[in-house]
Amino acid sequence: MINTNDILETISMIEQEHLDIRTVTIGISLLDCIDPDIDRACQKVYDKITRIAARQVAVCEEIEGELGVPIINKRISVTPISMLAAACHGQSPVKFALTLEKASRALGVDFIGGYSALVQKGFAPGDLALIESIPEALSVTDHICSSVNIGSTRAGINMDAVCKMGYIVKEAARLTADRNCIGAAKLVVFCNAVEDNPFMAGAFHGVGEADCCINVGVSGPGVVRSALAKHKGEDLSAVAECIKRTAFKITRIGQLVATRASERLGIPFGIVDLSLAPTPAVGDSVAHILEEMGLEQCGGCGTTAALALLNDAVKKGGVMASGHVGGLSGAFIPVTEDAGMINAATTGCLTLEKLEAMTAVCSVGLDMINIPGDTSPEVISALIADEAAIGMVNSKTMAVRVIPAIGKKVGDTLSFGGLLGEGPVMNINTASPHEFIHRGGRIPAPLQSLKN
Amino acid sequence: MRAVITVVGKDRVGILATVSGKCAENGLNIVEVTQSVLQDMFCMIMLADIGEMEISFSQFAENLKKMGAEMNMDIHCMHEEIFDTMHKV
Repeated sequence: MINTNDILETISMIEQEHLDIRTVTIGISLLDCIDPDIDRACQKVYDKITRIAARQVAVCEEIEGELGVPIINKRISVTPISMLAAACHGQSPVKFALTLEKASRALGVDFIGGYSALVQKGFAPGDLALIESIPEALSVTDHICSSVNIGSTRAGINMDAVCKMGYIVKEAARLTADRNCIGAAKLVVFCNAVEDNPFMAGAFHGVGEADCCINVGVSGPGVVRSALAKHKGEDLSAVAECIKRTAFKITRIGQLVATRASERLGIPFGIVDLSLAPTPAVGDSVAHILEEMGLEQCGGCGTTAALALLNDAVKKGGVMASGHVGGLSGAFIPVTEDAGMINAATTGCLTLEKLEAMTAVCSVGLDMINIPGDTSPEVISALIADEAAIGMVNSKTMAVRVIPAIGKKVGDTLSFGGLLGEGPVMNINTASPHEFIHRGGRIPAPLQSLKN
Repeated sequence: MRAVITVVGKDRVGILATVSGKCAENGLNIVEVTQSVLQDMFCMIMLADIGEMEISFSQFAENLKKMGAEMNMDIHCMHEEIFDTMHKV
């Protein structure tokens, strides 16, 4: 018989420690929907998505019931819409966003990601039109997420795009100011974006991917924290070992769910993303893991080192548990989605500067950070450029998802509800980068040798 | 294919009978049972064959959970596969 302790451990992981599958995301290629007539293209998009994902929600609920593990979100990622918009010259790409929204409502999925453009080296036809339409698209839809890749280690950073995105982020917040600036929370700016990411807001289905595939994102910071609680006083080698073992178990569940979903939906398995994704629920926080390691509060000195250990151990443990690992894989540090981070930001222990340092060793970047509503677009662009530079030089995925809290100042709270949580408006350095940002051009790709 | 049923709660008369009755009703064959009573806390783990089960697994798990709530006990019914996957390399 199975070991009694193992059984009880699994049940307590799910019941008390918030172990869940964060998302089952179906990636769908829309390359065969490209059409110069935007209405015809939209119809093809709608038909293809609703055909492929028709049973997604039902199958996920079935698996959830059988395994007893909650599957929190069912999502879809699609080919970057800028590629479809490229063929529809002179017509607003917002029609595509509305089509995706209609499809998401028809299917009952939580999010569709891929209202995206990849402009790391320059703008192709459709890219600029799509980027300029992002604020409107996010304000007239509820379930659509958008991302723009503005840099990569091999291409450098497209500073014209960075300059533009400062304005777009601000405008996305302004157009949804009556809804807690939610538009900006559905928009992420990437450097080194990955093509198989199942997590929002940055999910899109890369052009190198198959026609469709299933990508699963796991969660479970609460599980890691309570596993660590049993190793008080032990050295950091023991801590790393404990995290690896726990990440292995968490990822195995992700693999099991992915395999089952793939069989039942008849869609090939893509990857498991072994991310530690926090939620605002008490006991489901990445910051609390760092504090469990022995920091008084997340944000103090030692935070970056603790996070580096965590991020690496999660990957090492998870890699062996899954056939194919991909996506963003690592520890997320979204401020408003993490009870411990919210607390640390509120007390002032966690600052934007510290978060920037932490992003050099975490899995993504500056995520879900509220900044004052009067922050200039240039400052936002410069923040994006800083993060992109860290990602570009270190060959890692970097992202910026900041929310200019329109009408609010430092210390006020902006609340989104649900998985997006709430958090204080954080201080941002406002010394003007105006001239630097408006120079435009490209930051050349970095040298990959002479690593110092 | 087997289900793992765990029952935890305050000890009382008829817990085993009620849960195994429910299993029989739905065509599950109980293969193994381990139980212990610590002071007045009852803890039981049951392994049941679901090859001949007459309703869907999730429906059965849901029914057990509801029954547990009525009895003031915590009852979980999960697929054996999840434990094998998690705890065996």
